[in-house]
Amino acid sequence: MTGAGGIIARDLKLALRQRSDAVMIVLFFVLTAALFPFGVGPEANQLAAIAPGVIWVTALLAVLLSLERLFLADYEDGSLELMALSPVPLELTVLAKVFAHWLTTGLPLIAAAPLIAILFNMPVSALPILALAMLLGTPTLSLIGAIGAALTLGARRGGVLVPLLVLPLYIPTLIFGVSAVDAALLGFPVRPHLLLLAGILLISLVVSPLAGAAALRQANE
Amino acid sequence: MAFDYFANPARFLRLANAVLPWCVGATVILLASGLYLGLFVAPADYQQGESVRIMYVHVPAAWMAMFVYTNIAIASVLSLIWRHPLADLAASASAPIGAAFTFLALVTGSLWGKPMWGTWWVWDARLTSVLILFFLYLGHMALTHAFDNPARGAKAAAVLALVGFVNVPIIKFSVDWWNTLHQPASVFRAGGPTIHPDMLWPLIAMALGYTLFYITLLLLRIKSDLIGARLRTLDSLRQDAA
Amino acid sequence: MSAFEARNLACSRVGRRIFAALDFTLPAGGALILRGANGSGKSSLLRVLAGLLAPVGGELHWDGKPVNDDPEAFQDNICYVGHGNAIKPVLTVHENLAFWSKLYPPKSAEGYDDLLDQALETFSLTTLRDVPGRQLSSGQSRRLSLSRLITSPARIWLLDEPSVGLDDVSLKRLEAAIAEHRAGGGMVIAATHTPLDIADADLLLLQDFAPPAIDPELLENSW
Repeated sequence: MTGAGGIIARDLKLALRQRSDAVMIVLFFVLTAALFPFGVGPEANQLAAIAPGVIWVTALLAVLLSLERLFLADYEDGSLELMALSPVPLELTVLAKVFAHWLTTGLPLIAAAPLIAILFNMPVSALPILALAMLLGTPTLSLIGAIGAALTLGARRGGVLVPLLVLPLYIPTLIFGVSAVDAALLGFPVRPHLLLLAGILLISLVVSPLAGAAALRQANE
Repeated sequence: MAFDYFANPARFLRLANAVLPWCVGATVILLASGLYLGLFVAPADYQQGESVRIMYVHVPAAWMAMFVYTNIAIASVLSLIWRHPLADLAASASAPIGAAFTFLALVTGSLWGKPMWGTWWVWDARLTSVLILFFLYLGHMALTHAFDNPARGAKAAAVLALVGFVNVPIIKFSVDWWNTLHQPASVFRAGGPTIHPDMLWPLIAMALGYTLFYITLLLLRIKSDLIGARLRTLDSLRQDAA
Repeated sequence: MSAFEARNLACSRVGRRIFAALDFTLPAGGALILRGANGSGKSSLLRVLAGLLAPVGGELHWDGKPVNDDPEAFQDNICYVGHGNAIKPVLTVHENLAFWSKLYPPKSAEGYDDLLDQALETFSLTTLRDVPGRQLSSGQSRRLSLSRLITSPARIWLLDEPSVGLDDVSLKRLEAAIAEHRAGGGMVIAATHTPLDIADADLLLLQDFAPPAIDPELLENSW
């Protein structure tokens, strides 16, 4: 366990000293969302109607953009081999790295989401549900993304490959993430949507370390 | 175990050569009779008219899309656990065939949708699921061929196929939840099929014909992959000798 | 008496056999130098020994027991220094070493800080202790990577071209570290092109284990 803690601490320290990476991701998130009013027009009601979808889709793309730093640097400088050989099980290493990744991308995105909600004229009453849905959904994005990032290590054009692998798997999270916020806006019960998001998170928590570790072992061969 | 027995390439090739002519013959007969029954014998629908005949091409193609993906998942388990090259070959040879069936299901679904819904594309739950399945196929194919080492591509694609397979029911459920617009299932239903036998027989003939067509293509593709691998080995031996 | 053995080991890369029928026995305190042309499989052999790469045939034995019985327990005996130095540019020399030594915990937590200092001293990195990794020269990076050997409790050192970029003084220090490790019963397997002065080391020439030419019948039956 101390080993996994050490990996989390190291990845956080690396992210903190290369702050610009995390800042770029949040900037991308806000900037991309800010493009939509230019695309669909500034009409307030229309923007409010598409706000949950825009927030989720852009958050998803922002996570996608950040996936490269999850394993690539460690793969290229030989760190990944040493992690695979260490007494810490590789599955636990994957979980630790994903957790650090979520802390440095998922959390900042959740913090920035209310800003976009306000820009899109979304009622403030739905903000707590938006935050809660993102709290349950963004870890899934990091977990599934880790599989894609690990599978494409050493591939030609790895960067363009990741979206192709990962985006279809993101769709359930997107659907329930948006429907939770929509339900809150329309005054319907939000519980089932949040429970489904939590269920998908639990499944990803099992699948991602197994598949991720298998993929990393293949990359190290 | 049969799998071990056919794990010898020479033996596999002999078996494939023996089976192939029968597969081709059965494919032709089944597809021809299925199309004839579907296009000329089966009755037109009282609501949809003649356009209902697209169903005989569309519905079995959608079944095949799922069937082939399941086969890839099974081959991936065999590949990851028993590390057998034949499983890798079967998975990588199946993917483009499955993608083609999925594409066929999408195109015929869209053609069918035009007279029914008045538009080429509707985000209805089933079409959307099939579209996502098509993306899963594309990702699998891209990953298979993304590495300089073909073995690495096959193993990575196997992991992806299994992750995708776990996700297929989740995707299906979430898309159903998201939007249900399509008519309910009418063939596979508790209490037996409700569809008229004149419509059921061409469907069964087409489904069997597609399956045999898939097996035929699969054997051919594995054969050519094997021969290609052998050529590459000979080539590298010749280079070593030079 | 512990010993590290390879029996009938075979390995292939990208579908191509690179060595076969490879045997060696390394007693406690022994050293094995791997020699061979580029592409003869020195690095691959080290990766097989480390457990990163699965061999296509043969097996490894440790203490007379097959390594495959419990590969994870066996890995505690390994310290691998590969081509990559695994140094993070934004972490200091000390932070880099501390991270790896925590991931491969020494036998006892007692005297841990002293052990780190000693490891840095061994490869004369003490003055660079708080310098970030990005400012290190390639030789200094190599020395930092090698300093992991000192903090590791592992009995077997697997070194892939350890002396690349090292100056004469550092080379001597590496040789001294290897001698000390062996005196304590440790073992060293190193692939190297440059002469490395290791007393009575066994020499393993990879070309002796080049795979036999493939006969047509074998070709017929292989994938």
